[in-house]
Amino acid sequence: MKVTLRVWRQKDGNSQGKFEEYAAEGLNPNMSFLEMLDVVNEDLIEKGEEPIAFAYDCREGICGTCSCMINGKPHGPENGATTCQTYMRSFKDGDVIVVEPFRAKAFPVQKDLVTDRAAFDSIMQAGGYITSRAGSCQDANAIPISKEIADLAMDAAACIGCGACVAACKNSSAMLFVSAKAGQLNLLPQGQPEKDSRVVNMVSAMDEAGFGNCTNQYECSAACPKLISEEFISKMNRDYLSASVKGLFSAKAL
Amino acid sequence: MILDSKIPSGPLEEKWDKHIMDGKLVNPANKRKYEIIVVGTGLAGASAASTLAELGYSVKAFTFHDSPRRAHSIAAQGGINATKNYQNDGDSVYRLFYDTVKGGDFRSREANVYRLSQVSANIIDQCVALGVPFAREYGGLLANRSFGGAQVSRTFYARGQTGQQLLLGAYSGLSRQIGLGNVELFANREMLELVVIDGHAKGIITRDVITGSIEKHSAHAVVLATGGYSNVFYLSTSALNSNVTAAWRAHRKGAAFANPCYTQIHPTCIPVSGDYQSKLTLMSESLRNDGRIWAPKNPGDKRPADQIPEDERDYYLERKYPSFGNLAPRDISSRSAKEVCDEGRGVGETGLGVYLDFKDAIDRLGEDVIRERYGNLFDIYHEITGESAYQQPMRIYPAVHYTMGGLWVDYNLMSTIPGCFVLGEANFSDHGANRLGASALMQGLADGYFVLPYTIPHYLAEVPREPAPPIDHPEFAKAEEEVVNRTKALLENNGKQSVNSFHKRLGKIIWDKCGMARNKSGLEEAIKEIPALRQEFEEDVRVLGAGDNLNQSLEMAGRVADFFELGELMCRDALAREESCGGHFREEHQYEDGEAKRDDEGFSHVSAWEWKGKDQPQVCHNEKLEYERVKMVTRSYK
Amino acid sequence: MNILHVLFKSSIGKKITMAVTGFILFGFVIGHLSGNLQIFAHPDKINAYAHFLEALGPGLWLIRLFLLAILIIHVWLAAQLTLENKAARPQGYQNQITLRATLASRYMRVTGVIVLVFIVYHLLHFTVRVTHGPEAYPNTVLIDGTPVRDVHSMIILGFQNPLISIFYILAVGLLSWHLRHGLVSMFQSIGWQTRTWSKALNKIVLAVCVLYFLGNALIVGAAMSGQVRIQNPQVAGYVCRTDCEICGLRNAATIAESDEAASDNQS
Ligand SMILES: Cc1cc2nc3c(=O)[nH]c(=O)nc-3n(C[C@H](O)[C@H](O)[C@H](O)COP(=O)(O)OP(=O)(O)OC[C@H]3O[C@@H](n4cnc5c(N)ncnc54)[C@H](O)[C@@H]3O)c2cc1C
Ligand code: HEM
Ligand code: FES
Repeated sequence: MKVTLRVWRQKDGNSQGKFEEYAAEGLNPNMSFLEMLDVVNEDLIEKGEEPIAFAYDCREGICGTCSCMINGKPHGPENGATTCQTYMRSFKDGDVIVVEPFRAKAFPVQKDLVTDRAAFDSIMQAGGYITSRAGSCQDANAIPISKEIADLAMDAAACIGCGACVAACKNSSAMLFVSAKAGQLNLLPQGQPEKDSRVVNMVSAMDEAGFGNCTNQYECSAACPKLISEEFISKMNRDYLSASVKGLFSAKAL
Repeated sequence: MILDSKIPSGPLEEKWDKHIMDGKLVNPANKRKYEIIVVGTGLAGASAASTLAELGYSVKAFTFHDSPRRAHSIAAQGGINATKNYQNDGDSVYRLFYDTVKGGDFRSREANVYRLSQVSANIIDQCVALGVPFAREYGGLLANRSFGGAQVSRTFYARGQTGQQLLLGAYSGLSRQIGLGNVELFANREMLELVVIDGHAKGIITRDVITGSIEKHSAHAVVLATGGYSNVFYLSTSALNSNVTAAWRAHRKGAAFANPCYTQIHPTCIPVSGDYQSKLTLMSESLRNDGRIWAPKNPGDKRPADQIPEDERDYYLERKYPSFGNLAPRDISSRSAKEVCDEGRGVGETGLGVYLDFKDAIDRLGEDVIRERYGNLFDIYHEITGESAYQQPMRIYPAVHYTMGGLWVDYNLMSTIPGCFVLGEANFSDHGANRLGASALMQGLADGYFVLPYTIPHYLAEVPREPAPPIDHPEFAKAEEEVVNRTKALLENNGKQSVNSFHKRLGKIIWDKCGMARNKSGLEEAIKEIPALRQEFEEDVRVLGAGDNLNQSLEMAGRVADFFELGELMCRDALAREESCGGHFREEHQYEDGEAKRDDEGFSHVSAWEWKGKDQPQVCHNEKLEYERVKMVTRSYK
Repeated sequence: MNILHVLFKSSIGKKITMAVTGFILFGFVIGHLSGNLQIFAHPDKINAYAHFLEALGPGLWLIRLFLLAILIIHVWLAAQLTLENKAARPQGYQNQITLRATLASRYMRVTGVIVLVFIVYHLLHFTVRVTHGPEAYPNTVLIDGTPVRDVHSMIILGFQNPLISIFYILAVGLLSWHLRHGLVSMFQSIGWQTRTWSKALNKIVLAVCVLYFLGNALIVGAAMSGQVRIQNPQVAGYVCRTDCEICGLRNAATIAESDEAASDNQS
């Protein structure tokens, strides 16, 4: 099979980018989208042109590195799949496929299809943890956690940090990511002592990073390769509101 | 080179406690003055960096990934072992220790494995406290599953994402320390050289993969937690960017490389579908409980599976191993599949695959039962191949999955370069010649959370208390120059062939000659072919683009260059080890029935190779393995 | 943590403020609609109601200022959020597709702005009363003889022009549509939406919005089509029978007499 690619090419973060067209021929429908790009790159190298930079690592949908906007949808046409889990059989012979990097002010393009998602790390550093020193913990079964809560926490924890939520959101909001991360920890008993400060700090780090605001349209959840529910956003809003109200009335230590 | 394992004296059960008591401590007020570089932020690196920072050391953490959350560890699915004995089924520290030593085919260090088993329970406590959402039972307590090589249920898991959840736990702790300013994070930095001053590891040279700038970092100690080298085979289940460069650079600076030929092949992976394939995907071994493995009897039989009549099928595992049948262990079933394909009886377009057939199981149990048991695996299979395993048999083939070999370390996890510590899959320490399922995650976290933090002070307290060397020290300049020259040489090479094409060719040699089954002549050929290919690579590789921005071909070129040297060493090691053990199967050394034949007299040792300069063969040093507690036995699965 | 900072500067806080102000405005429009539905009763009902409100004097002004402030905050934050959201993606995609967002949610800004224009016009029309000549704002007396503004007739007169009526219907339609997203969204923004009841919530909101639209459209439609008629004889231009059980003693002459008093009464 063969397709025509319109790919965003940009030398580095300081350069202007533009679309370039490439013909990808001799493809096998069982190739993954990234393997198709590999083939295109080999061709480019052969011709002496610089290959297209695109991000990847695990190529099995778990590391969250791959990140293309394919025909206007993060990770391509399939639901609940990453770019590396998208196969050429999802396209038709002769299709024109537009490939762009994830775009957001908080996610500057570094080169071609590669986007800098360090803003997610800074949000995590602001509060995406439970303070627990190695060696200081009690037995793992000391606090039973109902299966329901554990499963829900796991639903949130399934986030692979790829940034498709930000890429899909018309406002480049990171609410789904932040809510999944904060939600997981805020659901668990171990996360309770830092619950309020966690959500407040993570949200303010998110705001500082330059993400947009949520308009409750849930494009994020629809684009999420792990189909994380917008319910976690609701939970985060609730936790944030309650933390703020509590902050008003709670007694303060000296 | 002297290999001093520094194993503490005394009874096995007391060695670790004794070692902790005997060790020197660093005064809390002084910890901050010690700078420690941790390269790698996978399970081993992230847990080490955060724990060292909690203790008060000044830590600098490096990863070539864009974020510490992405290391290869994230891909582990199955689970993590620990001796909690929550199931009341007779698990104990000793049992996990014994299972691991036996699983490793009696080629690991007793003392290390015992310690691993001792601290394993703490790992689960720590991870739960960090918010890792392990699977639970209805009563709210932790659930366990059983895993290969063990008769107790001691594996903890988080859906199919145990690795990701554990890594995110370690990453969250690391993130906290970064936020507090105790760890300085250097993401997008690839370590390209180790700096050794007066025989001690004192720093590293890195390249910022986004800007291309070459940077120098100094410290009092360097910790490498840079993962395994499966990608020397080109195709493996490893993340594509995993590589050996950091470990190899340390090896070239004096760190011995131990047991490079110990690699693990997993029998049930989705086969290669074409030349374009970049990655192999693991399918859980549990499928073999209900699937029957077969291949056509006649070579070249290209009919679709359903048109091959029963009497023209060869259920070769059932035929060769009547009592274990389709459940024969990993190495045996992998090798058998290879044999069948070598005979030209492989299935699928490439001929590299055998059938894993559920038809009988579906007839017997009904499709619903099969769907319930394996539905998600069938889905993955469908997603990748576009085929439904309910209607036609799955095609499977073995793939490289883990590397037991790695940099040699002593009981303190220190390599033969003082001050250079090695953790996780990058070291050789605990799995002997074969790793049991769910033990790599355990080892990585044990090393990072509970071993290194106790052993690193032994070293730090002994070196003079002075600031880390300045980065304008001549050794830094020298190392930097090496990196700059290597990069320049690659970029200016002006060859014709892509890095990828060389990597594929190298992988093929290693897979064919140093893969599932090895023999003398094959290895000898490989030892000739690899340097020739390396030569060709040096002359004809084409790396386009510039060095001053993101250049993935350049990164890969550097890694592949190191893979050549490693690949050659693997073959040498495999050639020198005239026995079969664990993942290392020498065709010359088997029993009549095809079982691996160990030679405990001659090879009960660790082979640690010392670098002697480019184009010089490495020299092998042996560390004798003393078995004080367990008795060596032969495995049989007939 | 400063609460003002939370409510007006943080992203979630702004959304909470949007939700709360939106809810207050929603409360107002529902109250407003129930007031207006009195048009289907005896004119005295709605006229007395309007009179009661006006008689609140400074109280009424407090309420008005409060609502105005709420509206300003709502609009101001909407503008701010919109600008921030635009800035969060300096460079757009070539052909982004919409996966799930409802039309209502995507046109919140458009519907909001039209509603705002409408609100301004509506205030000028019925509150400031400057869009039409004085004949559009008649007076009358209640049954007890209190001189009041004849809101009943004013509304009917207001909808005699089909263009204005259509604009009103359109505007309340858009407002209902605005609420279609807004009312569900509000629950999400303050964290009260869960999977358990989001389907039900969605249906309830749909029903509320349809009813709200129908209620308003009914008033305009009825006035336009003559289903409710002007009963102020002076305005209607006919003389009542003095013993009419609807108007009682009121006839054109008495109303005319009290006209001046009524205008003094209200300002
Ligand atoms: C498909 C699959 C499934 C598995 N399932 C299981 C399982 O169920 N249970 C189990 O116990 N084990 C499992 N394993 C094995 C296990 O996942 C790994 O052995 C383990 O995670 C290795 O962890 P690590 O921290 O040592 O290295 P890694 O996770 O590989 O981390 C390496 C780190 O080093 C960094 N790095 C490397 N080189 C450099 C350099 N030159 N400069 C800078 N940074 C560098 C990388 O960026 C990364 O951060 C599985 C493996 C695979 C492939
Ligand atoms: C009587 C009039 C109005 C009512 C009853 C009303 C009600 C609401 C409600 C309940 C919300 C939901 C808040 C949330 O998302 O949590 C909302 C959102 C919104 N309103 Fe209004 N509103 C009115 C007028 C306006 C006006 C005049 C404008 C603007 C010009 C406007 C612009 C918006 C916008 C843009 C949103 C969406 C905010 C977002 O999703 O981020 N509204 N409104
Ligand atoms: S490459 Fe890891 S998720 Fe796609």
